[in-house]
Amino acid sequence: MNRFADHAKNPLLISSIAILALLVIGELVSPGFARGDQIVRLLTVSAILGIAAAGQNLVILGGREGIDLSIGAVISLGAVIAGNVMNGSNAAIPLAFAAACCAGFLIGVVNGLGVTYLRIPPLVMTLGMMGVIQGGLVVLSRGVPSGNAAPALMAFVSRSAFLGIPGILFVWAAIIALMALVLKRTRFGWSIYAIGSNENAAVLTGLPARRIRVLLYGLAGLFGGFTGVCVIGYTGNSFISVGDQYVLPSVIAVVIGGTSLSGGAGSYTGTALGAIALILLQSVLTTLNLEFWGRQVIFGVTLLLLMLLYGRQARLRV
Amino acid sequence: MSGLGKLGGRAWLVTAAALLVLLMVNAVLQPNFLEPSVIQSNLTTFLPLVLVAIGQTYVILGGDIDLSVGAIVALVNVVTVTVIAALGGEGTAVIVGLLVGMGVGAGSGLVNGLIIAGLRFQPIVTTFATSIVFSGLALWVLPQAGMPVPEPYWRTYAGTILGVPTVYVIYLLAFLLAAFLAARPFMIRLKAVGGLRTAAFQTGLDLGRLRVSAFALSGLYAAFASLCLTGETASGDPLMGQTLAMSAISAVVLGGTALAGGVGGALGSVLGAWVVGMIGSVIFFAGLPFEYQTLVQGLIILAALAGGVLVTRR
Repeated sequence: MNRFADHAKNPLLISSIAILALLVIGELVSPGFARGDQIVRLLTVSAILGIAAAGQNLVILGGREGIDLSIGAVISLGAVIAGNVMNGSNAAIPLAFAAACCAGFLIGVVNGLGVTYLRIPPLVMTLGMMGVIQGGLVVLSRGVPSGNAAPALMAFVSRSAFLGIPGILFVWAAIIALMALVLKRTRFGWSIYAIGSNENAAVLTGLPARRIRVLLYGLAGLFGGFTGVCVIGYTGNSFISVGDQYVLPSVIAVVIGGTSLSGGAGSYTGTALGAIALILLQSVLTTLNLEFWGRQVIFGVTLLLLMLLYGRQARLRV
Repeated sequence: MSGLGKLGGRAWLVTAAALLVLLMVNAVLQPNFLEPSVIQSNLTTFLPLVLVAIGQTYVILGGDIDLSVGAIVALVNVVTVTVIAALGGEGTAVIVGLLVGMGVGAGSGLVNGLIIAGLRFQPIVTTFATSIVFSGLALWVLPQAGMPVPEPYWRTYAGTILGVPTVYVIYLLAFLLAAFLAARPFMIRLKAVGGLRTAAFQTGLDLGRLRVSAFALSGLYAAFASLCLTGETASGDPLMGQTLAMSAISAVVLGGTALAGGVGGALGSVLGAWVVGMIGSVIFFAGLPFEYQTLVQGLIILAALAGGVLVTRR
């Protein structure tokens, strides 16, 4: 138990140090980088990635090589559904959230059923699902961007709700608190760690491992749909590949946040810090007056260095 | 061991049967489907995916995964066309360019392997990170699409060598290399590494070396694919091959190689790549409304993946 606590603590510390260091570097390179309103803007972008990574975090914690590659397509689907439901009308925002989250949840449940009852490897199942959703999006939208965000939704994502902080950040803070509460203080949370670290033992103690895992994939889809609505609030309108850019960054945020890809260990607080560090890194690289290729190379190498600190697998022993 | 062999064999047969059905459907839908020129044109279209899938097979057999093959394809393409142009575009320049391209591909795979096996990194996130680096380097070498390759390059690729279409020669060489590797102890050891890593380690196998070799092979086959794509497009493109990594993983799984490692083979992946290619072709010729084509393709691939897993399941 002590060793687990040590493992979970380190990533939080390292991500926090990385975040501070990036802020200092950003401020040195371009004065004003770490100004209050800039930080709020960066946190808003991080919130969108962070909420997507919440779903990814759950399926990865649940073990059995859990991963959701369809999350990007679900985000796009959520954005397209929300855009068409709202079509610029404030009154339809709750309905847009409900529709996008339901669609995401259903897709996630299908992923979960495939992974548990048909025993299809998660990578393959969600990769296949990604193709299906992308195809479905082409049918839904006929290839042209459609639907608009309602003004109140755009304000929720980008305008101040209270003390200069937009509403989405309060929602993200609530999600962080809720995830910490559920993962650390509830039966459901403990059972996720249990099936993630040793499924056989968990099943023998009477946990319904399959049903829990289906629910985890469902929740991943739900978070994906929710993220989609936030994305259309951020961009204003939706196109069918808007979510693609979140697929692997959501996995990276989870990994540099200290959650093991083999499941059973980690926390969402770490993932949230990982998402912030990732967005800050991209932002610092943008302010460094570099050519695109240079930014790409430094970004990739920094990810590798971050993983060097704690994303490594256990040594094999005789 | 015989049990595992049987499982692999069955998945292979299922994919072959699927391919046969697709061939028959396509022959009905496309009247000139069996003409030699059409066969050759289809096989040419599928060749890059076939090559990438063969390379990916070794990595997956060893229990890892390589998401960076698409970026390697782009990097090899831009380096090759740049080298050929820099050396004046003559015959020797083309040969040097091809060799440098293969070196870049194998080298990129080597880097992946050394980081993953040497530093014990997670393969999924690592190859994603290195793919960002490789695409960055590709954009550094050639910021924009362009820079044509000399005529002999694409003429030879579309033409014949000693009377045999070049594409068939490449298929033959790729098969020979895969068959050579399949007969080596390397293959059995690699499967052991992917199947039961701890046990393989305890029997004294050099895990690091085997996994690094698998990644280097994947990079080398990605380079072959890139050189073929270059023969088709006849120019440089730093964004080439972006969807290849995901399609190749589908092809490998369809070909009966277990994603968990240890079971499968390169020949199955060739069939899997053909199946992925044929699905696209059948849908195109079935005359479906355009906007439904991607959806139907996605559904068929998902069904095929699920079906393959179900049939081979214990």
